[in-house]
Amino acid sequence: MRTLKPKHQRLVLVVVALIALLAAGLLAAYALRSQASYFYLPEQLLADPPEIGQPVRLGGMVEEGSLATDSDGVTMRFMVTGRENSRIPVRFSGIAPDLFVEGSGVVAEGRLASNGVFVADNLLAKHDENYVPRELQDMEQHQAAEMAEETTVGLE
Amino acid sequence: MHGFANPKRFLGLARWLTPLLLLSGVSLSAGALFWGLTQVPPDRLMGETVRILFIHVPSAWLGMGGWTAIAVSSLVFLVWRHPLAAIAARAAAVPGLVFTAICLITGSIWGRPTWGTWWVWDGRLTSMLVLAFLYFAYIALAQTAKREAVSQRIPAIFGLLGAINIPIINRSVVWWNSLHQPPSITMGNSAIDTEFLVPLLVAVLGFSFIFGGVMLARMRTLLAILQADARLRRRAMEAV
Repeated sequence: MRTLKPKHQRLVLVVVALIALLAAGLLAAYALRSQASYFYLPEQLLADPPEIGQPVRLGGMVEEGSLATDSDGVTMRFMVTGRENSRIPVRFSGIAPDLFVEGSGVVAEGRLASNGVFVADNLLAKHDENYVPRELQDMEQHQAAEMAEETTVGLE
Repeated sequence: MHGFANPKRFLGLARWLTPLLLLSGVSLSAGALFWGLTQVPPDRLMGETVRILFIHVPSAWLGMGGWTAIAVSSLVFLVWRHPLAAIAARAAAVPGLVFTAICLITGSIWGRPTWGTWWVWDGRLTSMLVLAFLYFAYIALAQTAKREAVSQRIPAIFGLLGAINIPIINRSVVWWNSLHQPPSITMGNSAIDTEFLVPLLVAVLGFSFIFGGVMLARMRTLLAILQADARLRRRAMEAV
């Protein structure tokens, strides 16, 4: 059998090591699939509810037409929807980020109350990946659907 | 390609390529940033803050590109044992770290008005911070290996190991729920309107030229230090 030149031996060794490393990294990332997610979707929260009062993050889309402000002027209520037909009512008192609007993505930090309402201490706005000047802002229907799909990524 | 691995020919090429890259990079970047800061219309949702895009995105790409350069150079060094490849890897580390830091800082400034927070520990932000720490570790390791006259293979192996973070950064917004939005630019597809996209790509080109120029300048410096060391050692030998 012909033996490989030393530099070819090294090449084979490094390539094999890289493949092993890549496989290990991807396996670790796959194992982290659920743990590394920044928030739960409504369906995940409903399927496996956290203990009452335990701090969690809920993320999804703010349902169109669901946003209402109480008479005190600072408490707002809205519905967060996920991929499937699941929705969780959210209550929040405070100042919401500018980008927090109906039909856009939101991440709420807070806890589930015993009456099924998610009480948020803090709201974060999640925007989509589209950058469009104001003059061209008429987002088409299919784009809105795509955005909902992408905001709720990470659920099998 | 192999011909330029000869340090003498490399130096001949780098002598005029370094100022050329730096000058064209600075003028392209200045033009793109002026364009992006003053001429581009505001975004439909973010308004004026969208202008951070033109610094944030090129910096993020070059932060990741810097480690890719370290990994490729390290591979070439480990397999073909060419000293110039070790020097190229060392030269890419500092500009890579600077661009990663710019990406993290501008991202934080951008996050406050858009998301409502300076920082969150989601997949994208965390993996990018890990990249910055990897750069610090690589720079310290490469310097120590040089000073202690330990094999340059140690930082090279670390450079290859750290490359696993690059696909993780890239996929972090696809695999996991994150606050950072999914990628705007994917293979042959862009969700960025042309009015934003063109100055962005010019800025990417300009920033890349600056990266290349700084890397070449650092390679020349590192080569000059090596030569000076070798000369001193030769003199010391002659004196004995």
